[in-house]
Amino acid sequence: MRLEPREHQSLALLVGYPVLALAFAAVVCALLVMLTGASPFQIFGLMLKGALGTQFAFLETLTRATPLIFTGLAAAVAFRAKLWNIGAEAQLYMGAVMTVVLGTGFLPLPWPILWPVLMVSAMIGGALVLSVPTFLKTRFGVDEVVTTLLLNFIVLLFVSMLLEGVLKDPMGLGWPQSKKVIADAQLPKLVQGKRLHLGFVIAVLAALAVWIIDRKSALGYEMRAVGHNAKAAHFAGIPVNRVLAKTALLSGGLAGLAGWSEVTGLKGNLTLDLSPGFGYSGIVVAMLALLHPIGVVAAAVFVATVFVGADAMSRTAGVPSYIAHVMVAVSLLSMVTAIMLTRFRLRWR
Amino acid sequence: MEAFEILFTASLWAAAVRIASPLIFGTLGELICERAGVLNLGIEGIMTAGAFSGWLTVYLGGDLWLGVAVAALVGACFGLLHGFMVVPLGLSQHVTGIGITLLATALSYYSYRITFPEVTSPPKIEPFAVFPVPGLGDLPIIGPALFQQTPLTYFAFIAVALVAWFLYRTPAGLAVRTVGENPAAAEAQGVNVVTIRILAVMAGSALMGIGGSFITLSAFNSFFFEMTNGRGWICIALVVFAGWQPGKALLGAILFGLFDAYQLRLQQLAGAIVPYQVFLMLPFVLSIIALIVMSRRVAYPRALMVPYRKGER
Repeated sequence: MRLEPREHQSLALLVGYPVLALAFAAVVCALLVMLTGASPFQIFGLMLKGALGTQFAFLETLTRATPLIFTGLAAAVAFRAKLWNIGAEAQLYMGAVMTVVLGTGFLPLPWPILWPVLMVSAMIGGALVLSVPTFLKTRFGVDEVVTTLLLNFIVLLFVSMLLEGVLKDPMGLGWPQSKKVIADAQLPKLVQGKRLHLGFVIAVLAALAVWIIDRKSALGYEMRAVGHNAKAAHFAGIPVNRVLAKTALLSGGLAGLAGWSEVTGLKGNLTLDLSPGFGYSGIVVAMLALLHPIGVVAAAVFVATVFVGADAMSRTAGVPSYIAHVMVAVSLLSMVTAIMLTRFRLRWR
Repeated sequence: MEAFEILFTASLWAAAVRIASPLIFGTLGELICERAGVLNLGIEGIMTAGAFSGWLTVYLGGDLWLGVAVAALVGACFGLLHGFMVVPLGLSQHVTGIGITLLATALSYYSYRITFPEVTSPPKIEPFAVFPVPGLGDLPIIGPALFQQTPLTYFAFIAVALVAWFLYRTPAGLAVRTVGENPAAAEAQGVNVVTIRILAVMAGSALMGIGGSFITLSAFNSFFFEMTNGRGWICIALVVFAGWQPGKALLGAILFGLFDAYQLRLQQLAGAIVPYQVFLMLPFVLSIIALIVMSRRVAYPRALMVPYRKGER
């Protein structure tokens, strides 16, 4: 069996294979659903209805997509430069920490000043976390995959320490949670009485900004050059290590914004369950989007649809909501295979 | 002073080896994959799947050793998937590995929930019992540490010797090392690079599955969510620490276990002064420090993470 590069890629191919990949994920999940004795059509119907069927459901899906856009962008930016940032989870939490440190009354500023201050602080928090593995990579050649993964555990324990120590809300009835951020720090809701908040709009704007950086700036060009072939980029005079450092700041900063928007837009305070794995799901979002910033928005809404739909479905039907995680994981694996097949032809001999 | 005396208690050393056991299997497994040139980030999920499938087999009435075998088989299946995607298809080893971890974890949790829809406390099994080696088990400190363990720990020691013997003393082991160092040269010698790599990933993943099963069949007696808790990632760090050598992997795992057991005891001693999270952080911090210290000296497999395409240079 070998792979042969295709001379040209037809549109049918470019659309067909990704669609097939998602269909494959659906079939795998249908088989798993049948194990429980339920009908896959009914279950998928319930999932679709639960995620998109009503105005409430749709807004809920967009709410869930918001942090995924940020973490998806964080992964996409880093992966483009072949900086394997698997630590968006830690960066998200550090962004949230910065937000509650400064936003719970320490800076009694009006919102037009407080918002940008908190955003920048959250970005710095996330960027600092990713700077450590990036420095270790460029200085000592330590693989960043392992260090970013290990930092996820370290930072989560650090947050737990803060929430049981200096950041603990004295009125929190003993729960490890921070105080609520002040009113001027909170993002307004987009629809009266619903959970969808301004963070979603900012996430979409962030995607646009990343797209512009990627397409129009020298940094975007350098990041792609480094990702494509670091050695060639070096010979062409691109300062590879400096580009990687800038990539880390951008990627970590975007993940930090996810923590900021969850705290100021949705939860109000910091708890240890602020993120149910948004950092890891961001990797899937980025890959489903083929690392394209605008695609990240669409992929984040898709992944959010699966998660919100599965949550709603498992409340009414008896199929565990973990089916969503299976579907997302299978989508990731089948999608990377499908993308490869649009570029190469499989020859069996 | 008391902190120092702990070092001479037999229970510390016994705990160190107990904590090391799943890491020994996991590290050996990752080591075999990487020696053949394939990074396997599926390890965290494969260990979870091994923990679940091994435990479920025993819960459904299977023998403990059957549980271990099932965990190995499940691990090998995920290894086959990973191997197929990254070797002949040449997909990104990072992304595929993370995907395998997400998939194996999700499948384990989903299967657990459909098997036990309404349990509140995790169902229990009768795990491996401690089997003292006659005579040797009575030695001071070394006895409890090395010879008063469960059979699965002894199996871990044997696995180290077997893997070392396989890699350095058999033609198949030479083939594995060659495809990880210089696949083109291996091909020239008539070695089928793709087949060897896939088989190595399967074998390595089987060991990871066994490592996972240690958690549910020997260390604990039930399965619960997030019980792998980063052990897989620590194994990846240990492989680098060990310089891709089985003997040093054993040493590294036991050192890590010793450190972990020691911090648990320090935690009880100093818990009032220092937050317990600091102690829990230490093993992860230690892993990163070990990576930095070793980064200068290691000789990693030359073709690690380099996909092989016949006829390409």
